[in-house]
Amino acid sequence: MPLLKRRTKRTAEIPTASMADIAFLLLIFFLVTTTIDVDSGIYMQLPPKLDPEQTPPEIQDRNLLTVLVSAAGDVLVEGEFMQISGIRDEVKRHVLNEGRQPGYSDSPEVAIVSFKTERGTKYQVYVDVLDEIKAAYIDIRNDYARQIAGVDYATYKARLEEGETDLVAEKYPIKISLAEPDPGGAAAPAAR
Amino acid sequence: MPGHFKRKSSKVSQEIPTASMPDVIFILLIFFMVSTVLRETELLVRTTLPQAEAIEKIEQKRLVSYIYIGPQKLEDGTFGEDAVQIDDAIVDDLTDIREIMYRKILEEPRMIISLRVDRDTETGLLYDVQQELREAETLRINYSTTREGAAEG
Repeated sequence: MPLLKRRTKRTAEIPTASMADIAFLLLIFFLVTTTIDVDSGIYMQLPPKLDPEQTPPEIQDRNLLTVLVSAAGDVLVEGEFMQISGIRDEVKRHVLNEGRQPGYSDSPEVAIVSFKTERGTKYQVYVDVLDEIKAAYIDIRNDYARQIAGVDYATYKARLEEGETDLVAEKYPIKISLAEPDPGGAAAPAAR
Repeated sequence: MPGHFKRKSSKVSQEIPTASMPDVIFILLIFFMVSTVLRETELLVRTTLPQAEAIEKIEQKRLVSYIYIGPQKLEDGTFGEDAVQIDDAIVDDLTDIREIMYRKILEEPRMIISLRVDRDTETGLLYDVQQELREAETLRINYSTTREGAAEG
């Protein structure tokens, strides 16, 4: 009776070798999925505390693009009314001017965008304007990265080796100055 | 040399007992699940974040410290004056912020302050908070926003 014989030989154990793998998979699953609510937003660097003895550096007027936002949400760029959607092109023109037009910057390295709002301005407007300024810089950086490396800036940056200089960031530094809120203070550039 | 390999195999079972492995891994799993308690701060202010487009993610979540600014939630469900919340308490005196932040940055010098500000808050209060942050020399900040077109956070 070959059938009966086989039965007696069979072990009653459940193979538990794969249990570890199953538990590992669970562990990895939980580790990967528990990145809850990644915070995203607009990164900025505040200017350092003002030293009362030190005079702020002289900035040529042409290198400074002033963006003012009133409490009602009206945007003034260099003293002229502008739609929020128009800021992006204006910032690009300012940064990429390279000394051609007299009203705009000498070179991207020295171009500064000064951003100031009245105290009554809504935060949504503040972010909208800052977003446009930031977007202009991102566009500029992407264009330049495509020119020199053929890829957008994020890819270019990811490809950079340790210690290698970021040519794009060097040529187009993001200089957005959050001006002193109260009158009398000078605008210190916040470079990144 | 096939013979050489044959000689090496002994009759003693070479298996490592793996029966306890799942238990070990499960203990690890449970340890991680228990220890990674995400400290949910109870929000005392409303922060409906604004939307923006040119945003980036903060990779190092451990470096982030939050400041919440928005209208204070009142007990009857309405909203009061704009207030500043750090950790789980409302900051009554804004000048306290510099001390709180200074202590925090001593622990982690690369700290990023994420400002979660309600979209209807007036920027005056934001400026006051930023001035305090400058006093504490916590200069790396992030204006927390949601992506344009995405669901409101």
